[in-house]
Parts: sequence; structure tokens; C-alpha cells
Amino acid sequence: MNIKENIKTLVIKKPLKLDCGKTINNFPLAYETYGSLNKNKDNAILVFHALTGDQFVTGINPVTKKDGWWSYAVGPNKSIDTNKYFVICANVIGGCMGSFGPSHKNPDTNKIYGTDFPVITINDMVNAQVNLLDHFEIKKLFSVVGGSMGGMQVLQFISNYPDKAGTVVPIACTSSHSAQNIAFNELGRQAIASDHNWSDGKYLSNNTLPDKGLSVARMAAHITYLSKKGLQEKFGRKLQERDALKFGFDADFQIESYLRYQGSVFVDRFDANSYLYITRAMDYFDLVKQFDGNLSNAFKKTKAKFFVISFTSDWLYPTQENKDIVIALNAIGADVGFVEIKSDKGHDSFLLDVPDFLNTLKNFLDKSYSER
Amino acid sequence: MKTEYKIIVDLIEEKTRVLDVGCDDGTLLESLKKNKKVDARGIEISKDKVQTCVSKGLTVIEGNAELDLKQFPNDSFDYVVLGQTLQAFINPEIVIKELLRVGKKAIITIPNFGHWKVRLNLLIKGTMPITESLPNDWYNTPNIHMCTIKDFVKFSKIINFKIFKSLALTNKNISNINNSNLFYKNLFAELGIFLIEK
Repeated sequence: MNIKENIKTLVIKKPLKLDCGKTINNFPLAYETYGSLNKNKDNAILVFHALTGDQFVTGINPVTKKDGWWSYAVGPNKSIDTNKYFVICANVIGGCMGSFGPSHKNPDTNKIYGTDFPVITINDMVNAQVNLLDHFEIKKLFSVVGGSMGGMQVLQFISNYPDKAGTVVPIACTSSHSAQNIAFNELGRQAIASDHNWSDGKYLSNNTLPDKGLSVARMAAHITYLSKKGLQEKFGRKLQERDALKFGFDADFQIESYLRYQGSVFVDRFDANSYLYITRAMDYFDLVKQFDGNLSNAFKKTKAKFFVISFTSDWLYPTQENKDIVIALNAIGADVGFVEIKSDKGHDSFLLDVPDFLNTLKNFLDKSYSER
Repeated sequence: MKTEYKIIVDLIEEKTRVLDVGCDDGTLLESLKKNKKVDARGIEISKDKVQTCVSKGLTVIEGNAELDLKQFPNDSFDYVVLGQTLQAFINPEIVIKELLRVGKKAIITIPNFGHWKVRLNLLIKGTMPITESLPNDWYNTPNIHMCTIKDFVKFSKIINFKIFKSLALTNKNISNINNSNLFYKNLFAELGIFLIEK
């Protein structure tokens, strides 16, 4: 996490009043862009990342040296075609890839924030990122796109800024975080908090890392991103580099080894406190409540064209929760399309090579762009 | 484009809001958008066909008419179109009432089970009729509530909706259906096309 000189950062001077009541200013927002902004400045797409994503959407992530998290969907001639569109993505505030977050130093105390960092919400994230539009002098984005927590930001963005996007694509998300999802997030947070090294969030000052806790959090979460069928087909009861059970607690099964690996690589690139803050933001997300129980009111002021996408095997943000968004939009006669993509890759489908999804997303964007 | 679609396009006024229930690959919606500048929406149950519609730039939601019409407020469309699927629903009465709740007007087309070929098929062969417009066997047909043009006219009186316009399609020829020619149209038309209102 030290090689961060390749990170573009916008320092936001304008004070931002957070939902928790605190105000922040002069804070950094790390971002990346792909493709180029056209003369009319009407080809920009703001992509919002999910819980563990970052601004490095595609190509090689300069920090992790791995493919960007949405390499399947974003790039030249891909669904979000960077030959055509100017793609912007920012690291969310609370995150750990350069944007203002709990691993930053508090200028007042000169100490790392840790859990003294203010609790942020999806609304705060979006309100921070809208500053990028001013920075690039973009009046109206062609589109806002995102999956999972990115989808929640999409919904919040168009609700806060109804005139600032022409098309809106929430993918595999919800308008209100469910009890089940809060439960899974709490499991992850408790795994981190119960790691002795976490030290009430002061681990960076202590030069330790709660990597065991964070890794368990990631393992648990990873299961929720897959489907039972997908897991069964990929791993079944296959054994890991052995012919028989060892009658111990080593990783006998491939699935165990796989999860351990996922946990171990995650701790190298993610900050435990950021994990707490971002999952909290997701849990607090309830656009229905923000509009007094009527989701339709969140979208009343916008004329944007919506396209909602869900996946058959996604049990974390199931089709019905996505469809609730469609229903709220239809109730006010909004322009909304919807498709449930068949895939056995679970919630992660939107990040993977799922041709029906990638083609549909491309078709929607390209057609809307040519008809704009 | 199918003659049926051409007739529907002719029935619809310009710059109105239209919902096509069971919009298939979006051929009708595309034509309505192009020729009548309508605000066109569709519901389609097949994922593949929804994806085809999206690739044509159409606003379509994946869904089922019996469940998904509910989400639309009263009178949210000027026209709701239901092409050749009324007979496939478990409860055609509820579907018609829903169409007329969501739309100010509805256009319903029905494959005519009273067509002479259908009648002859059953009469001579003694088996369930299979024709060009009804290609399935009895055991795999989606059509569970087949009706004739005459049945549909009767149905309008039973559940109380107004038939504004009724057209018969016979060998690509369009003609009006009225009380005096109902017997013949019911015998010779392959398809009945009805513009109805509450």
C-alpha cells in the first residue's frame, strides 16, 4: 500500500457537511480516468465502485499490479467503451486508495484517524464525488453506472442530482440494505474487531495489522458473492493437493484453500478500518426511508433513462430488491428498462465474464448514446 | 412487418404513450417509435427477447403481464397492446381489466378459434386443431383459453368493456367486423383485432 505516487487526487476545498453532522473540507478525493472527454463534454460516465473496489477500474492497477476490478466491462470496445466514453471513477471517501479515509492523519491531532474518522454514508460519498464534475467542467454526465454498493451510489447520485446524468444504470443493488446484508457486514466487522491487533482501530499507530480478522471478514463476505451452484460446480468436495482427508484442520478441501487465499491477498490491499467504515455506509443506506417510505419520490425530479440489471443467482442483492427500484420508477412513469441476467456466478456476476450482461450493458449505453 | 402490426400501428395516434405487453423482439415498438413517435414501453417474459429489445434501444422490462402490470398506475398509458396472448393467461378477465386500468385504451388481438380450418380440423380429423397460427399440439400449447371472435364479442358484454373498433384479418386483408357479418368473419378471419375501452 506504499506505492501510491500514481494516484491522481483532487483536493476538495468546499466544505462537505456529512450526514453524521460533522463537516470536512480540504480533503483528498483520489480518482482515475479512462478515454477522453469530447469537445461537448457530453460523453462522460461516472463509474462508482463497490465495497472493496477502487478508482482503478480497468487496465493494470498501479498499486496492486493486478487487473482493474471491472476490466471485463470497461476498456476499448468493451461494454463501457473507452474509445467512445470518458470514464471517471473515484475512490470513495472512507476508502483506502488515496481518498480521505481512516488511515489518514488528523491535521488537528497529527494522529492517524482510525475510528476517530467520522462515520460516512453513501450520500456523503456521492456528495464528495460530484465535485469531479466541476473539476472537469462537465455539466451533465452521459451516464452513472455501478454495481452493488456502486449501484447504491448511482441511485443516491441521481436522487441528489437529478439533472446531472442522462442515463442511470444500477446493477445488482438495492434501495435499502436488508437485515441479511447488515448481518453479513456485522460478521465482517466483528471478525476485524476481535483481532487483537486491531487495538480499537489504532493498529497503524502501533505498527501492527489486524490481518487475521480482516482476512476472515473477507472470507465470509466472499461466500456471499458466489452462489451455491457456482461453488459446487467449481469446487464440489475436491481435495486440495492431497488424495485423502488428513483428519486435521488444515485446508483439506479446495474451497477452504481458495477462501484462505482470497483472505490473504485481500489484507495486502485493503485497510481494516476502511472495511468497517464502508460496510457501515452500506448498512445505513436506506433511500426508501430518506424519502419517507416512498422510493418513487427519490426519482421524481429526474428525466434520466434508467436501466436496472440483476442476476438470477445473486442472493445478496436478489432480483426482487432490484425490481423494487423498477416498480418505484414505473409508478411515476419514468423511463426504465429492466433485465435479470441468467448466471450462476452469484452477486459477483457483474464483475465477471458474463457475456449476456456485458452485451446488454454495451447495447444499452451505445444505443442511448447514439439517440441522446 | 406482419400485417397485424401494421394494423395496430394504424390504430394508434401519434405522440401517445404505449405499452406493449409481451412485446417479443420489439418489432412493433420500433415501428411505433419510428412511425408514430410514441413513448414506447414493453414488457417481455423472455430474457433473450428483452436483450434484443435493449439492443434496439427500446425501453423494456423483463416481466410477466399477470404479475407486473400491477406496478403501473391507473391510466399511465394511452394504449396498452396485447398481441395474441390473451388466450395464454390463467385469468383473461383479470388481464383485460388490468389492461384497461393501466391504459386508457387497449388493443387486443386474438387468433380466431372459429376459423373454418380449425373447425374442419376438429370435425374431420377428430384431433385438436393444428394450423399456421396455432402450431402446437394440445399437450404443449401455451394457449389454455382459446376463443373465437364471437366469443370475444360476447365476453365484452359479460365483463363489460366497450369494443371501439373490431377488425378481421383474412389472408392479409383487413375488414370491419359488425353485427351483421359476425357469422362470416368468425368463420373466415384468422385473427381478430379489437380496440377496446372501459
